[in-house]
Amino acid sequence: MTGDLGVGLFVFMLATFVGLEVIHKVSRLLHTPLMSMTNAISAISVVGAILITGAQGATTLSKVLGFIAITAAVTNIVSGFLITDRMLKMFKKRGGAK
Amino acid sequence: MNPPAVDYLYIVSAALFILSLKWMNSPDTARRGVFAGEIGMLLAITGTLAAHQVFNWQWILAAFLIGSAVGVPIAYIMPMTAVPQRTAMSHACGALAAALVGTAEYYRSVRIHAPLPAFEMVALVVETLLGFLTFTGSLMAMGKLQEILPSRPLTYRGQNVINLALFTVAAVLGVRLILVPADAWIFPVFAGLALLFGVLLIVPIGGADMPTVIALLNSYAGLSACAMGFALNNKLLVVAGALDGSSGLILSIIMCKAMNRSFTNVLFGAFGQIQASQGAAEKRPVRSASAEEAASILESASSVIVVPGYGLAVAQAQHKIRELYDNLMKRGIDVKFAIHPVAGRMPGHMNVLLAEADIPYDRLVEMEEINSEFAQCDVALVIGANDVTNPKARNDPSSPIYGMPILDVDKARTVMVIKRSMSPGFAGIDNDLYYMDRTLMLFGDAKMFVTEIVKELPARAAA
Repeated sequence: MTGDLGVGLFVFMLATFVGLEVIHKVSRLLHTPLMSMTNAISAISVVGAILITGAQGATTLSKVLGFIAITAAVTNIVSGFLITDRMLKMFKKRGGAK
Repeated sequence: MNPPAVDYLYIVSAALFILSLKWMNSPDTARRGVFAGEIGMLLAITGTLAAHQVFNWQWILAAFLIGSAVGVPIAYIMPMTAVPQRTAMSHACGALAAALVGTAEYYRSVRIHAPLPAFEMVALVVETLLGFLTFTGSLMAMGKLQEILPSRPLTYRGQNVINLALFTVAAVLGVRLILVPADAWIFPVFAGLALLFGVLLIVPIGGADMPTVIALLNSYAGLSACAMGFALNNKLLVVAGALDGSSGLILSIIMCKAMNRSFTNVLFGAFGQIQASQGAAEKRPVRSASAEEAASILESASSVIVVPGYGLAVAQAQHKIRELYDNLMKRGIDVKFAIHPVAGRMPGHMNVLLAEADIPYDRLVEMEEINSEFAQCDVALVIGANDVTNPKARNDPSSPIYGMPILDVDKARTVMVIKRSMSPGFAGIDNDLYYMDRTLMLFGDAKMFVTEIVKELPARAAA
């Protein structure tokens, strides 16, 4: 387990620095879509919810909690990506098609 | 724990997520970013379903259907002015998902008498603590933005002490859970305290601070997903959570700087406390003008900077502004929009509102870039913005907003301010800008007034 922990922390450290670098460069114009996008991405927690709900011999409690968790996460994934795209479509340059 | 094949898939997903954020650096590539994110998500979900023996299909399928049925209408029906509420809601959903998975995982380990290793227990406690407090906190933020709850700060004596005490108790219980995971009675108490703390954390915060709060909750929601990744030993969750967490962190730092608040100030929730102190401001004379006069001033200008604030969106004046913009641009007048970082109700909100009205994004200029241009600009037209234009922030150390970065509107040759009345803004501070000799107050509703100006413009061209 210590091996996993070490690797996990390492991944966390690297991902945080990559995140800070990449997001620093995001245009200020797009901070609202950025937020809905990162929201959708972090709804990857649906993977954990699936594993909990779908485990063999899951109790009713696990199934109910997992069910709510999947519903909430899928709502985020679907609405997050779609609304981000809807917002981004609005950003047009001058002279672009109206 | 995972079969190797799905691990490789997770690596691809993680790379796609990073690319999707990288492509957000410009509006030209941003939609490609959304696509990359969607593919990454799809790979991760199908990979998980394929690689593990998954039972209880009907539950999972039903949850996917309900989630999609709720998510699609939200994405398409939600008006752009309500995007902050939606964002707060999705922080709540994300945090709830993390918290519930943590809860289920905990009870599973208790039931099968297989206490989790200490490290996983630490991750699980962090996950549920952050998840539950972000859940209720985001619901409060959403209520305030939707104005179901009063958007003014609700404060009482000893607030910080009570909050701190509550958080300490929750943290102590969390530590106790980590040391003795078998004590299952502690868990509901711990979860309840986290939920309560989320409410108390956000209730004292006023509407003007919502952009910072939303960004901060974004960060918390990301970190709870990240902690879940540690608890389940899933690196993809760690990466996605860390990306979300760092994004929220950067945005909240930007918002803090834009409002001249320290980061610790925000972290402890002790903000939104600015009170309207100088109620007895003496009556000072202002100059006002009609739509006709405003139109003729605009017409003879060669450069105009529009300074929009959230009041513009409240008055639904975005589309009228665009008509004005079109009209002036056709006359060869250079029109730009000066965007303060806290214009609107969440980071970047004003840009979305103006983009929706078909204003080209290369006309939307950030504060740092446009401030030097005010001195050369003929007319600055302020619509629905107040505190972010107040010169007191620059030159009155006794003012509560002193030090806050502002748009240097007062340097323009002529300033016109569309405003309903002389009432002060969010922070309750009188704005010196309105009393300058070069300032003309245009009293009225933003949408009506801009409509009238636009009406006056073609009439003059014909004459």
